[in-house]
Amino acid sequence: MPKEMSVGCARPTGGPVGEGAKKASSKNEKEKEKTAVQEVSPMIQIGKKVPDFTAPGYHQGKFISIQLSEYLGKWVLLCFYPGDFTFV
Amino acid sequence: MEVLSVSIDSVFVHKMWNDNELSKMVEGGVPFPMLSDAGGRVGKVYGVFDEDAGVENRGRFLIDPDGAVQGYEVLTPPVGRNIQETLRQIQAFQFVRKSKGKKATPSGWQPGKVSLTPGPDLVGNVWKVWKTSMAFD
Repeated sequence: MPKEMSVGCARPTGGPVGEGAKKASSKNEKEKEKTAVQEVSPMIQIGKKVPDFTAPGYHQGKFISIQLSEYLGKWVLLCFYPGDFTFV
Repeated sequence: MEVLSVSIDSVFVHKMWNDNELSKMVEGGVPFPMLSDAGGRVGKVYGVFDEDAGVENRGRFLIDPDGAVQGYEVLTPPVGRNIQETLRQIQAFQFVRKSKGKKATPSGWQPGKVSLTPGPDLVGNVWKVWKTSMAFD
């Protein structure tokens, strides 16, 4: 599932993918307006599908790249936290 | 159940934190992937990124096999989570899903405790099968 990443000096990044992300990159003006409106409404709705994303990660000695949708078919606990070494 | 953690730190910092501190708390180190969310791009979409502080709050999302969020909780940084409650919720959602939505779990439910089967016969009769004390034991 997760792909191993090669590591250089540039910091690897991820970000949202899927419908929202596609609309954000669209050059169509109407689409742009739609995106602006959508940004105001919350993207997480209980009981509804969560936005997909990709992100680089560290796991058991390896640097990897993960896409959330790779986990479809399994229960996932997704935990955000303020930062490494932040005590709690 | 798969666990993913996310912060704004780089994967290099994740490695240092795991190798130098967390591996001393957990044998073998962190068992799940530690993801890096540079600039909080993912956290913003999930509504947990604090723009002023530039970091994510303690957001916890319980996602089912269809990719739908069944529960979430967001705490500000100084207070840690209650893992037992998270596990209880996961067990409850898995129980309900296994019943194909026929069962519901009342307040305070834990595996082995009484569940409810909503339907015409249960209307007005919950008091017969469930006591308020069960929410606390």
